[in-house]
Amino acid sequence: MELKTIENLAKLARIHINDETLAETAKSITEVLALVGQLQAADTDNIQPMAHPLDAVQRLREDVVTETDQHASFQAIAPATENNLYLVPKVIG
Amino acid sequence: MHNLTIAEIIAKLRAKEFSSTEITQHFLKRIETLDPQYNSFITVTKEQALAQAKAADKRLVKGNAPALCGVPIAHKDIFCTNGVKTSCGSKMLDNFIPPYDATVVENYAKQHAVILGKTNMDEFAMGSSNETSYYGPVKNPWAVDCVPGGSSGGSAACVAARLAPGATATDTGGSIRQPASLCGLTGIKPTYGRVSRWGMIAFASSLDQGGVLTRTAEDAAIMLNVMASFDDKDSTCVDHELSDYTATLQDSIAGMTIGIPDEYFSEGLDPRTQELVEQAIKQYEKLGAATKRISLPHSHLAVPAYYVIAPAECSANLSRFDGVRYGYRCEDPKDLEDLYTRSRGEAFGDEVKRRILVGAYALSAGYYDAYYSKAQKVRRLIKQDFVNAFNEVDLIIGPTCPSPAFKFGAKGDDPVAMYLEDIYTIATNLAGLPALSIPCGLADGKPVGLQLIGNYFQEGRLLNAAHQFQTETDFHTLSPEGI
Repeated sequence: MELKTIENLAKLARIHINDETLAETAKSITEVLALVGQLQAADTDNIQPMAHPLDAVQRLREDVVTETDQHASFQAIAPATENNLYLVPKVIG
Repeated sequence: MHNLTIAEIIAKLRAKEFSSTEITQHFLKRIETLDPQYNSFITVTKEQALAQAKAADKRLVKGNAPALCGVPIAHKDIFCTNGVKTSCGSKMLDNFIPPYDATVVENYAKQHAVILGKTNMDEFAMGSSNETSYYGPVKNPWAVDCVPGGSSGGSAACVAARLAPGATATDTGGSIRQPASLCGLTGIKPTYGRVSRWGMIAFASSLDQGGVLTRTAEDAAIMLNVMASFDDKDSTCVDHELSDYTATLQDSIAGMTIGIPDEYFSEGLDPRTQELVEQAIKQYEKLGAATKRISLPHSHLAVPAYYVIAPAECSANLSRFDGVRYGYRCEDPKDLEDLYTRSRGEAFGDEVKRRILVGAYALSAGYYDAYYSKAQKVRRLIKQDFVNAFNEVDLIIGPTCPSPAFKFGAKGDDPVAMYLEDIYTIATNLAGLPALSIPCGLADGKPVGLQLIGNYFQEGRLLNAAHQFQTETDFHTLSPEGI
């Protein structure tokens, strides 16, 4: 796998990878992809993909309020808040 | 006192041979003195445990207390505990104090079980050696230069070292059974959907399943009785009738047919492990079970399929860690992009990053069909192998791991070598089947595990077969030297 591909993947996944570890990361991901490449030899014609072991379907529930307002306890563990809002660096210039 | 099983502790609490406070203090003392050499706990909840024990003692006096009332156990640090740090073995959640309890935690709280603390684990449950934990590796009580297995390494080590009589754990590709095997314990992963995943920090949602690590099958049955429940809050939890797993432990297994898959006894299996597993199979024949050679022809595709599906789901699940709402945030982010990428880059370890990137690759445009969709199709083939096998047999038997515990660093630079550690356990997660590991002997002083796989919702039958084996053998009573 090319370093440029890893850089792009890391950008998509929003993970900063140090330049020093980029080559090592590329090498190990190439090894993993070689392992999963074994799948290509499997004959899967006419086989439906399986997402849930029991082929369960999404349950529905009554459309009623079940959650109460807990913003105070949720925001108590946030890195930065102000006036009940989560703070992030300025987005609009 | 620490060598008692959970079943014995329950009986002795009721016979007033000791109080919950006394046994809780005993385990807390052991953790304080001995755990520095194993590193099996991330957080010890001493004050809370003593308060819970005191309350449990009052209930025990009153009578009619629930089964686990006053029994000390430990929770894997993947289950959210209200007001108690839940790190998932990661720097990302080193400062995370959940505002709620996982359903599993709630289920044990309703029983008034005593929680000794939260156990160490591979970061976000990604690993088979407990070496990826932000809190340092856990040592195997049987050989401290060896790994305890992972990802539930802390839960396994603390039970093996008699620092707790039982612990909760989770299994996505073998994370209960493999440490059970390496630490000489009984460990069960139930059917997918049997145990609620609410409040259990997600790694690969279609594979993750909670379970328990104990010393005996009887204890596993007692603990699983409490852990298993239907939960509306987990949309993949299955509303299937609950069983009392202790009720069928004594059933005879005579007449049961046990399948031996050829693929689980091929190249790569350590000869000492093979010999002990074959002896265990003979023991089952003595107990009256019939054995039959079977084939699970797509077994060789389980590890490759898993390493597409699990990373894909992990890349989606771990996108929630953004440095905004909770968890780690980098210093002085210059903009939002920088906040995301540096918070994640600085707080995730190498293995977690590797899996997120592999997952992002497998899900990206142009590769989705070749990787993700292909793996989901292979997953169905693997499930179909088991469906076919269970038309002929009641249980499937084989090794849990290719070999006993390995030394720290032995598979350090090679992710694929580490992934192959789960070669016999991963297929059951892909199929969603229940499976357990029980000790079947020692090789060079290190435990070897025997794996039993059951049909969907056959946890009772699995525990029955495990208990019958433990009635005739004493491997589960062995303890590491000096303990």
